[in-house]
Amino acid sequence: MPTPSRSWREIPQRYRLEAGKCRGCGYVCFPPRVVCPHCGSREFGQTKLAGAGKLLTYTIIRVPPQPFEDQAPYAVGIAELDDGVKLTAQVVDCDFADLKVGLRVALEFRRVYEEGEAGVIYYGYKFVPE
Amino acid sequence: MRDVAAIGVGMTKWGELWDKSLRTIFAETALLAIDDAGVDRIDSMVVGCMSSGLFVGQEHLGSMLADYLGRVPVPAARVESACSSGGLALRQGFIEVASGMSDIVLVAGVEKMTDVTGCEATYALGTAADQEYEGFHGLTFPGLYAMMAVAHMHKYGTTREQLAMVAVKNHDNGSKNPLAQFPFKVTIDAVLNSVLVADPLRILDCSPITDGAAAVILCPADMAKKMKKRVIRIAGSGQATDTIALSSRKDITWIESTDLAARKALAMAGRKIEDLQLFEVHDCFTIAEIMVTEALGIAEKGRGGRAVEEGLTSLTGKFPVNPSGGLKAKGHPVGATGVAQAVEVIKQLRGEAGERQVKGAKRGLTQNMGGTGGSSVVHVFEAE
Repeated sequence: MPTPSRSWREIPQRYRLEAGKCRGCGYVCFPPRVVCPHCGSREFGQTKLAGAGKLLTYTIIRVPPQPFEDQAPYAVGIAELDDGVKLTAQVVDCDFADLKVGLRVALEFRRVYEEGEAGVIYYGYKFVPE
Repeated sequence: MRDVAAIGVGMTKWGELWDKSLRTIFAETALLAIDDAGVDRIDSMVVGCMSSGLFVGQEHLGSMLADYLGRVPVPAARVESACSSGGLALRQGFIEVASGMSDIVLVAGVEKMTDVTGCEATYALGTAADQEYEGFHGLTFPGLYAMMAVAHMHKYGTTREQLAMVAVKNHDNGSKNPLAQFPFKVTIDAVLNSVLVADPLRILDCSPITDGAAAVILCPADMAKKMKKRVIRIAGSGQATDTIALSSRKDITWIESTDLAARKALAMAGRKIEDLQLFEVHDCFTIAEIMVTEALGIAEKGRGGRAVEEGLTSLTGKFPVNPSGGLKAKGHPVGATGVAQAVEVIKQLRGEAGERQVKGAKRGLTQNMGGTGGSSVVHVFEAE
């Protein structure tokens, strides 16, 4: 079982959607990076991800990895946010039949999974249809 | 750089080998390659293995495998690049011989995957993805390739049936390979009615969990000629990386790392894709083979599904893809796969592939891929 530091250090991204913004070319990276893959700049500011976007693709996980065994089947997708950032998350609060490429989704703060009955509860973002 | 020849190959029957440990599977396979090459020494060994730590709780493979092959103190390195660990091991062995650093090098790949439960194996394979930003959300490897499939179907009109045809073709080929884990045919209906794993991918779209190893002996081509060996030359080697997270790609329907690695390998060989007669590619999922045939230039962009439907990639087609049965039927012991692809191409170029022989094959290509294409390794082989 990982120590809490592993999830604790991701809190700015998972709870608050903090991204890095390259001072050289304006590229928004999520998660933040130390060097820009586009212009090579090492200078970054901070920005917050756009809260909504549209699904580029999706799937329904029927055979889950261990920590998600009690959640299957569940949908996961990649969305392109309105600021151009692309990211992966579960798609919740919708019927599987309503999933389609181009579906508008908003990011919401949700419980992602739990490490057993006494372990850490992991929170993060999920996509919810607008 | 010296020309490099493959002078020996080894592969044992793949499957769920409950009675055999990682070290035994490796050593039995390596001995076959050493005997096939007829060499009395090896100067160095390189072993591809993705995750012995998670699958059997064993690291430090260089030492253990040199030991159990009875070859200490030869230098031995373990190479990891997820599911392209084997291909990368081959490339490192190639570089070692080409550079003049070593003469006779054993390149092997091995994975022992059935010492853990299916759930644990799914987790171990998942470590090839971005753990914090893909795995964290409950994504699996079938899930990632399923998302590539959905995007490809949406953009190009690739059909569910075309995905199934990849599995049918590869099982047809695999039914002629006695070393395959699943040497039998499947029908389109069987694929379409098999259980869903990650929509739209079903269990018969997925390569299996497998125990197995493969090995190749490399040496300078001049030395091979002096030894009066049949020379199968590694004419080109290319590798490229891409972002680890699928979401970071410019286009999730295109495998850029394979495109780039293939261009490098073909340029080194001075060949075009049309000059080659067989292709062993990384069909970890049916959609993967469709996308790889596009990245290699066998099919036009977006037309990989049509290529399999029209028989272009069948054993008797213009571009035979996965005559061995591919990962789908032969099995996919992840670290061994890239080396096994080389074993198949070498056997084919020697004319020793039995019922699945591609007639008159003189040149072939292997394409081995890590994760969702975060790394690709391509090699071009030529018979002299």
